[in-house]
Amino acid sequence: MTDQNERPEPGTTTTEWPLWEVFVRPKAGLDHKHCGSLHAADAAMAVQLAREVYTRRQEGTSVWVVKSSDITASDPGDKAMYFDPMEDKVYRHPSFYKLPGSVDHM
Amino acid sequence: MELRLTPQLQYLLRIADTCLIHAQRLAEWCGHGPVLEEDIALTNMALDLLGQARALLTHAAALEGQGLDEDQMAFLRDERQFFNLTLAEQPMRRSSAHSPGGDFADTVLRNFLLACWLRLLWQRLAGSSDGELAAIAGKAVKEARYHEQHAGDWVIRLGDGTEESAARMRAALARAWPYTAEMFASDAVDDSAVASGLGPARQALQADWQRDVGAVLQEAGLAAPASTPFVSTGTRGLHSEHLGFMLAEMQMLQRSFPGGRW
Repeated sequence: MTDQNERPEPGTTTTEWPLWEVFVRPKAGLDHKHCGSLHAADAAMAVQLAREVYTRRQEGTSVWVVKSSDITASDPGDKAMYFDPMEDKVYRHPSFYKLPGSVDHM
Repeated sequence: MELRLTPQLQYLLRIADTCLIHAQRLAEWCGHGPVLEEDIALTNMALDLLGQARALLTHAAALEGQGLDEDQMAFLRDERQFFNLTLAEQPMRRSSAHSPGGDFADTVLRNFLLACWLRLLWQRLAGSSDGELAAIAGKAVKEARYHEQHAGDWVIRLGDGTEESAARMRAALARAWPYTAEMFASDAVDDSAVASGLGPARQALQADWQRDVGAVLQEAGLAAPASTPFVSTGTRGLHSEHLGFMLAEMQMLQRSFPGGRW
């Protein structure tokens, strides 16, 4: 696969811009959250269009974009092997401790 | 509709109408943008401009003193009672007899030229002796700055893009440029605004505009066309043939169903 940011080979045309994943931080102190994707020619355009498409109702104070092709994802076929074994390991949840009353939001 | 026109009111309506008419032209793209994301961007910008126009028209109507409201100002004034820059009323998406229209290059270029002009104007109006106008300007300048960046990026992309896109940008520039002289053609209305501290004369924006627009054009590999003696006259209420058709469409509903609400 070629880098989609590079110019296409002479004689070829690309009819679609690359896909970008958009992450928006709703307010200072919170994490950026994945909120969707869009097409844009490059990173600068992706940030602007993310602002247009995903923050037009005051959803955000900061935007990240990352090329979808740069994300390495787990294989859905590995789901059983990867995640099912965690089903019966309740002892990994710290739910057997008594917390002091003054500790919030654990 | 009778309008009690004063230099102060005309100064405000020049800005309000430029925003309103530019918003209406941009809104013609709604549902027709070249890509979904840019379609949303164009209509977002149209809505910013419409918001600015509404605030200014409400303020202008209060100053006018006959108890008019923003809707009456927008939808019941006749062509010669509009004072927008003539550039804003030129066809944008759809073509017409004297303008090919329909080229995205015209849209991004006009959006950039007007956004830069409006940003410079809003910056100065933030210090207006009219507190209401200063408050509107304080909010609008952030919107204009973004419009300028968004549209300016497109000018650079297309100007510095392929041979085809560069040729289209050059053609759009040649079409728009004759109308830019009006942006700086100060007259008695401007003099009165300067005297009362209401706002700057248009001429005072010229040096900064030429510098900022020139920088983007240079990056885009485009050259500003030579200036011509032609100065358009929309800000005096004398418009090109396009505004009448545009108002017919824009005002039809309010004129057919006065005061209609839904």
